[in-house]
Amino acid sequence: MKQFLVFASALALSAAMAEAKTFVYCSEASPEGFDPAPYTAGGTFDASAHPIYNRLTEFKKGTTEVEPGLAESWEVSEDGTEYTFHLRKGVKWHSNEKFTPTRDFNADDVIFSYERQGKADNPWHQYIAGITYEYYTAMDMPNLVKSIEKIDDYTVKFTLNQPEAPFLANIAMPFASIVSKEYADALDAAGTREDLNNMPVGTGPFKFVAYQKDAVIRYQKNPDYWGTAPLIDDLVFAITPDAAVRLQKLKAGECHLMPYPAPADIEAIKADPNLKLDEQAGLNVGYLAYNTTMAPFDNPAVRKALNMAINKQAIVDAVFQGHAEPAKNPIPPTMWSYNDAIQDDPYDPEAAKKMLEEAGVTDLSMKIWAMPVQRPYMPNARRTAELMQEDLSKVGVSVEIVSYEWGEYLQKSMEAGRDGAVILGWTGDNGDPDNFLSVLLSCDSAKEGGANRAFWCNEDFSKLLKDAKVTADPAVRTKLYEDAQVIFKEQAPWFTIAHSTQYVPMSNKVSGFVMSPLGDFTFETVDIAE
Amino acid sequence: MSETANIAAPVRLSDAAIRRRMLAEFWFYFSQNRGAVVGLAVFALLVLVAVFAPLLAPHDPTAQYRDALLVPPAWQEGGREGFLLGTDAVGRDILSRLVFGAQYSLFIGIVVVSIALVGGIVIGLLAGFFGGWVDTVIMRVMDVILAFPSLLLALVLVAVLGPGLTNAMIAIAIVYQPHFARLTRAAVMSEMKREYVTAARVAGAGNLRLMFRTILPNCLAPLIVQATLSFSSAVLDSAALGFLGMGAQPPAPEWGTMLAEAREFILRAWWVVTLPGLAILVSVLAINLMGDGLRDALDPKLKRS
Amino acid sequence: MVRFILSKLLYLVPTFLGITIIAFSFVRILPGDPVLLMAGERGVTPERHAELSAQLGYDKPVVMQYFDFLGRLMQGDFGSSLVTKKPVLAEFLTLFPATVELGLCAIIIATLIGVPVGVLAAIRRGSWFDQVSMTAALVGFSMPIFWWGLLLIILFSGILGWTPVSGRISLLYFFPNVTGFMLIDSILSGQKGAFGSALSHLILPSIVLATIPLAVIARQTRSAMLEVMGEDYVRTARAKGMPPFRVIGIHALRNAMIPVVTTIGLQIGVLMAGAILTETIFSWPGIGKWMIDSISRRDYPVVQSGLLLIAALVMVVNLIVDLTYGLINPRIRVK
Repeated sequence: MKQFLVFASALALSAAMAEAKTFVYCSEASPEGFDPAPYTAGGTFDASAHPIYNRLTEFKKGTTEVEPGLAESWEVSEDGTEYTFHLRKGVKWHSNEKFTPTRDFNADDVIFSYERQGKADNPWHQYIAGITYEYYTAMDMPNLVKSIEKIDDYTVKFTLNQPEAPFLANIAMPFASIVSKEYADALDAAGTREDLNNMPVGTGPFKFVAYQKDAVIRYQKNPDYWGTAPLIDDLVFAITPDAAVRLQKLKAGECHLMPYPAPADIEAIKADPNLKLDEQAGLNVGYLAYNTTMAPFDNPAVRKALNMAINKQAIVDAVFQGHAEPAKNPIPPTMWSYNDAIQDDPYDPEAAKKMLEEAGVTDLSMKIWAMPVQRPYMPNARRTAELMQEDLSKVGVSVEIVSYEWGEYLQKSMEAGRDGAVILGWTGDNGDPDNFLSVLLSCDSAKEGGANRAFWCNEDFSKLLKDAKVTADPAVRTKLYEDAQVIFKEQAPWFTIAHSTQYVPMSNKVSGFVMSPLGDFTFETVDIAE
Repeated sequence: MSETANIAAPVRLSDAAIRRRMLAEFWFYFSQNRGAVVGLAVFALLVLVAVFAPLLAPHDPTAQYRDALLVPPAWQEGGREGFLLGTDAVGRDILSRLVFGAQYSLFIGIVVVSIALVGGIVIGLLAGFFGGWVDTVIMRVMDVILAFPSLLLALVLVAVLGPGLTNAMIAIAIVYQPHFARLTRAAVMSEMKREYVTAARVAGAGNLRLMFRTILPNCLAPLIVQATLSFSSAVLDSAALGFLGMGAQPPAPEWGTMLAEAREFILRAWWVVTLPGLAILVSVLAINLMGDGLRDALDPKLKRS
Repeated sequence: MVRFILSKLLYLVPTFLGITIIAFSFVRILPGDPVLLMAGERGVTPERHAELSAQLGYDKPVVMQYFDFLGRLMQGDFGSSLVTKKPVLAEFLTLFPATVELGLCAIIIATLIGVPVGVLAAIRRGSWFDQVSMTAALVGFSMPIFWWGLLLIILFSGILGWTPVSGRISLLYFFPNVTGFMLIDSILSGQKGAFGSALSHLILPSIVLATIPLAVIARQTRSAMLEVMGEDYVRTARAKGMPPFRVIGIHALRNAMIPVVTTIGLQIGVLMAGAILTETIFSWPGIGKWMIDSISRRDYPVVQSGLLLIAALVMVVNLIVDLTYGLINPRIRVK
């Protein structure tokens, strides 16, 4: 209480501050930098791409659907390989103490933003020694993009090597943020190129003001924002890595909203009259991937039997403390094309035992790999593995739990001939089903360098994904993905564990916050009551 | 106790009567220090608790009682008799965990001090006995190790070796070892000039015999004092590593690890945070009290002041 | 004197080289491939892996990498963080003032309390004050400070609500970073209440960090005083009928301070180790926390150069202590 008084009196003292509406977000991690292209962490994008920048296309708030951003409209050629974007006019760049823009956003900025990532000979490709463009590479842009041409100042044409339906979602991702060519040129002239990463200039709803490493980031409302102007004047990120401390600060009124509460605190937050809690199933999945190339796990009936022997609800209760939805499909329910008609395999140890006997499997012993780290989709892999061990022992399967250092785990789990089933998961990048299904389960990714840790290659399944990828019509694509999920369930390459729930606790004074299924934290629509 | 005193007898004498008198003298000075006696008593209690942990603990230290999460201590409202000091976030009995934690702390202290002591003595003897370039190289390496803040070096070592109790103990021992090496070297160098060493040499004693049978027993007093100091620091540092997630791994009932797990409950459940820390403090304090007493009893210079 | 300093400096060169070898080799054998960690669940193709390793310089033989590392050090290049891609030295320098501010405050608290307590305990040897304060000192010396910090947070932030939970200053205050020391910058900013806010954030962490040095200094002062008070010249001065206050002030204290100054100087290693824990508990944005984070993120260059910078710093401070000791006590130089 006293702390609150101190806070309040300080508020009264600084008159200038009191007038402005300051929104404080207790963020989890320090941003790696402010140029979204070379980095991969969600916390970095929340601090850079979302407040400061825009992209040609954007995700509609609260959904995984794509809507116009800096491109007002676009046309796609018949064969699906040419995208012509018509750019928005009159979009102003931010200014800072060293830079005042002389022109609005135009096609040069778009081309610069992509070419610096895609072309190794672009002078800005290595503007910081040793940087790489992980997301650009990961989304297969180098192989996909054939050319980017400027038709006129407000028209840009992308030519692709093959049709790619998720392309519009890909370019709504943070790595595709549009940076200012004019600013880059000015930095070149001043010899301070790294300022592109330190003092960002964008077109977004908030202007960057200052960053104090590992402590505070400050933004100011962009009064010239082309979209709906933010309702708050100042945005502050108070970097607070510890979940317990974040909650304490939220309770003390030192911040208005926080991400990732500790699961153990959820009940207390719900009970607190000064706080409210938003929740949503996260865009993620945790799974146990069998090695489908090794006997007896190459037999779908065996995999199915094992799946029926594991008590999924017990894992959700004990490991996720109930803060998750049991998963039946490889994609989460917030994603379009989620096939809700599918029935999950029941938990039935008796039937499982019988199925194993029918398949001629007795005295089976197997390894289960437990990740050494916590991830949003898996709070405690070790505990999960122990529960599975116990369940499987009841059907006569003995389990040995193994673990490796995280980097090694990721690599070894992808080595051909791997012994054992692997606990792992995935958090979606762009809300497109292809980003789950192709990456994690297609034939193409069932080799070294891919991420198909079941090594599961089903021709029918992969054919459906390929067809969906080159189809522009969303309705047709939905049907294809729904069918793919049916095959997945029949073949059971994974034991799907759960989609963990995302919680966002905030002060009662906050209104207008929209949870993003992609897990982003954006604040242009929030407001605070006095 | 008599063991410590035996080692501590500063001069090797063949006459058992004189040895007994030395012992009596040592005990006299040691018991002069009330704190030291209290420390000794607490330490003895700690050893008993550790030895008889399976008998004393009411529950299995890793058993999770699903219906008893974060139960407060028995005397508080909502407390239960079965859990005298309450339970933690997954329903494990705190008292049982603390009792078993004593085993960890003593084990860590003993292992770390033994490794550091043996390593340090051998290295220090070599440096002090041979001198010259052997000495220079060895002591320079010791300087390098001492240039790093000990906890930081131990942290990086554990990161290299992989988190876990064994590696934490090795790391701490490596970091402590130079102190023993330096002490041994200094003592050896001063002893080397004494007449009895020359006498032994003339009598034809070999290098090894000289080092270990003749010189070493006469350098023991400062080493014993340093060993008690290191024992308490080892308990502290291993708890710190556990707290930072680099020491003993959950669900091991190591006190520092328990604290790390309890951090998120600091405002909701005081007992999960307070009790393990108190256990660390009390044991370290007891050992330090004993160390003070030992130093007073063994160091003739301080004895007089 | 110049020769004394020079010989000391020369002595440091091999030690420093040893430190570079240790920092380098530790980090090189850390398990975990940074390229794989960067790729995460997505995985990375062997070609891309090779390409990225080459870009980071991890494909060369280890000995070559060491000499590259040493060569760049000579030019003042400490490498760049794998995570932020920023120069390690720049990151160190931005965070360093926070740690120095915390450390200085802690050592000031420890000295201002520890020395008088030690002196008084020595003068009143055997009194209740001596017993209580020396017991307290031993408790402080035995304190697991990470737990101590949590207790103080529970009491002062949780129950009493007197101090903030973490950070360096209230977010309401925003002013340019001139010196990097929040206390000084808050005064320079001229904003009302800023200094108070900075102070209230600093108080708990510096008490926690001061605990062990305080105990050491108090104990050391007491025993140094006792020793000096037993010396002949003090006894002579007393016998001459000099007032006890003057005896202690002029003769005893001055001579007793020589070992105490050394003790204070040598606390820097203790402070660095303590800073790792204190900064973690209080989310204090300094180099202790930075090292912990970097170790867990396998940010090789940061761990490597951070270790090096910290060790070099400890070494330099120890050298200064050595030299000061030589100045106060000329007998040392002759040796």
